[in-house]
Amino acid sequence: MSRLKAIAAALLLLLSAVAVPAYAQTFEDWVRKLAADDFGDKLEAAEKLGDLGDGRAVPALKALSDGALYVRKSDGAALIQDGSRYFDAASGKGLGELPAADVDKVRVNNRLRGVISASLSKLSLFSADRATRLAAAKQAFANPTPQTAAALDRALRSEKAPEVLAAIRFSLAAAQVTAGEVADRVKAIESLAGTADPQVRNLLAAVLDTRDAPSEVRQAAQAALTSIERRLAMVGILENVFQGISLGSVLLLAAVGLAITFGVMGVINMAHGEMIMLGAYTAYSVQLVCRALLPADLVGYYLVLSLPIAFLVSGAVGVLLERGVIRYLYGRPLETMLATWGISLVLQQAVRSIFDAQNKEVANPEWMTGGFDLMGGFFVAWNRLYIIIFCFLMLGIIALVLRRTSFGLHMRAVTQNRDMAAAMGIPTARVDALTFGLGSGLAGMAGVALSQIGNVSPNLGQIYIVDSFLVVVFGGVGNLVGTLVASLSLGLINKILEPFAGAVLGKVAVLVFIILFIQWRPRGLFALKGRFVEQ
Amino acid sequence: MTRHSLLTPRGWLVFLAAGFVLIVLLPAANRLAAPGGWLYLPDYLVPLIGKYCCYAMLALAMDLIWGYAGILSLGQGAFFALGGYCMGMYLMRQIGDRGVYKNPVLPDFMVFLNWKELPWYWQGFDMFWFAALMVVLVPAALAFVLGWLAFRSRVTGVYLSIITQAMTFALMLAFFRNNMGFGGNNGLTDFKDLLGLQVQSPTTRVGLLIASAVGLGLSFLLCRWIVGSKLGRVCRALRDAESRVRFLGYSPTGAKLFVFVVAAMISGIAGALYVPQVGIINPGEFSPANSIEIAIWVAVGGRGTLVGAILGAFIVNAAKTWLTGAAPEVWLFFLGALFIVVTLLLPRGVLGVMRDWQTRRAASRATAVAAKPVEAT
Repeated sequence: MSRLKAIAAALLLLLSAVAVPAYAQTFEDWVRKLAADDFGDKLEAAEKLGDLGDGRAVPALKALSDGALYVRKSDGAALIQDGSRYFDAASGKGLGELPAADVDKVRVNNRLRGVISASLSKLSLFSADRATRLAAAKQAFANPTPQTAAALDRALRSEKAPEVLAAIRFSLAAAQVTAGEVADRVKAIESLAGTADPQVRNLLAAVLDTRDAPSEVRQAAQAALTSIERRLAMVGILENVFQGISLGSVLLLAAVGLAITFGVMGVINMAHGEMIMLGAYTAYSVQLVCRALLPADLVGYYLVLSLPIAFLVSGAVGVLLERGVIRYLYGRPLETMLATWGISLVLQQAVRSIFDAQNKEVANPEWMTGGFDLMGGFFVAWNRLYIIIFCFLMLGIIALVLRRTSFGLHMRAVTQNRDMAAAMGIPTARVDALTFGLGSGLAGMAGVALSQIGNVSPNLGQIYIVDSFLVVVFGGVGNLVGTLVASLSLGLINKILEPFAGAVLGKVAVLVFIILFIQWRPRGLFALKGRFVEQ
Repeated sequence: MTRHSLLTPRGWLVFLAAGFVLIVLLPAANRLAAPGGWLYLPDYLVPLIGKYCCYAMLALAMDLIWGYAGILSLGQGAFFALGGYCMGMYLMRQIGDRGVYKNPVLPDFMVFLNWKELPWYWQGFDMFWFAALMVVLVPAALAFVLGWLAFRSRVTGVYLSIITQAMTFALMLAFFRNNMGFGGNNGLTDFKDLLGLQVQSPTTRVGLLIASAVGLGLSFLLCRWIVGSKLGRVCRALRDAESRVRFLGYSPTGAKLFVFVVAAMISGIAGALYVPQVGIINPGEFSPANSIEIAIWVAVGGRGTLVGAILGAFIVNAAKTWLTGAAPEVWLFFLGALFIVVTLLLPRGVLGVMRDWQTRRAASRATAVAAKPVEAT
């Protein structure tokens, strides 16, 4: 029996040696040829295995590239070495340990390695894993050769997953742009014109640069390039607007509590940033507790849990501050600023003593990590999007509290005219304390949100404090619309200036703009109208 | 009312005594006394006291605008830093080819940035008189523009504080940039000569201490003169009731602008004296926190007194030097508590407490005197 097999093998060997390679040679033959002595044979085999599109070739090619491919001296079969054991390269059958004298290592050089890696990348197009196929299809874009095109074409016929299909079509078009029939090239260029990928732009620019390209192709490339440039510019603007709104919503979160307290009580709370910081540290602590106590699949919701806790923590500290310090300073807004600055220093140092000065990381829960590609190159991060949504949600709730509750009515009355409100029987002292608590609590919730887009450190509040002052000053006090408009426009201006002036100069320009703006409208965009004189 | 006398006879006595200590006694204790002797002033204390004198000048400027005109500038440190930068630029130019890169004209950081020639705003800073002029003019110009814009549109109170804070914040960000040509993050340092004298040498340091003390004394007299003048009284009226002053027919803009600019000039000079003594100026000096700290110096000493500002600057900074050395983590607690306690419990500062105590003692003595005859009869 074994003799029969040996004869058959010998025959096969003979056959393969004389047969015309293109049609008679099978997968097994090419694998065997990988272990050949001649480098020309090896090169041919490595290339052909890539073109065959049979995923079984991957281990053999990898082994050859890594120097783990051996040849059995007795029959010339290709073997893969794994530790001290050997496997048949074609069938993958285990052969156990073999004496070192029976096998020879197959030599490999850099040229061969290059061919192998190209073949491997083609082969990944046929991998069983969808993610690998998708990555390979995307990667093929960077290597637009006729061979790639052929492999992509074959992959196109067997592919089922829609996103992989799209990527394959895309890369195929790119590969067809550079060579082939003029009509095909023009068609491929036109199909690419609908995207907004910077890679496509580079590819088309390269086509324009090649001197021998036919004029039809050049024209098509030129037209496609213009449309892509236009789309890219639009994506750029959209991106800036999104980032501006995102920054604006962060500013709004940080400033809205400040605006409320400033409106009602006429004092600037310099410790407002530290209320944000306390909120962020609350999120950090809640995260630690949740990790210790909750089952793993629920830990992601710690963020939802930390929102009300942060509101309570910062709000309580705020009420304490108002009752303990600020109420003794009414009518002396400048002294209030200094006292609250002192409080902010104490809070910073306290947090530094409790948690140490290192940055703390508050992990994004799974539902907030990553993002999605809205349109070619315009990436929307989930955490940014959620913060924008959260910010507007919070604003809506505040508006409801102000408009629909008796506490809100009292707050508005005190904002308009404190003495008159007191005369009408509104308990202004209680309104003050609660307002301060509300403003601080809102800052605490803002801190939870901000912990998702940056590090949590004792200085966290200081980063946002100057900006939030400016939002309040710019928007005017006692008016949510003013705060909204001010923070969004500051965020947008900042981001729109950034590409021209750089991040820092853009910010400086915004600061100068506000300093000048105040001259024109000393009480902000939406100043409260009323018949009262200052002092 | 003696409108033209700056100080009472007793005041002059104290002023001259303090000046004598700073200008004659301390330098002598450093230069003439035997090292190790109980009279000897160690070398490291000389620039430290000089530094305190500069801070005291800054506090004086703050008291002039906050204590007397009710303008709480949270950006006073910016004028100080600008003055310092002007002096730093002069000192940089004096390094000449002794820098690391041996470039006779360009400071090291410019060579490092591959700049080929000096930017226009660095021209002229190789001459001391020009630098000295700029020390006064640059802060004054900024204060004039900002003050004119702000006071004209009646920006007051917390709004003005926030605007000034934004100003110093913007300057800090700008100076942190390398492309600004002011050394970026590292600022200006490695100074060698000042007017041909070695900056590091003990003799120069004593000279700088004397210069700072003289500067402090002159600024004090200048402020004292301003607050005693008619303009000073208008300022005080503005502090207490701006609208009423306006209704009485005074224009607040000019008066406020004047003291604001003068305060900026004093701050600039203080910064210029400060830089050679500490040997570095960097954008950190612009940080809003520094400027707020000036306010607490004034508040601790007692605002609206000038003397209090000087006292406060010395007290708080001595405490800072001691605490940041002995227990650094306590310093911020202490500073924070100082802000709270002083605004809540000591609104008139140390000087106010002392005066209260004096009047109470005088009153009790008066009652005692008044009571005695009753007992006698």
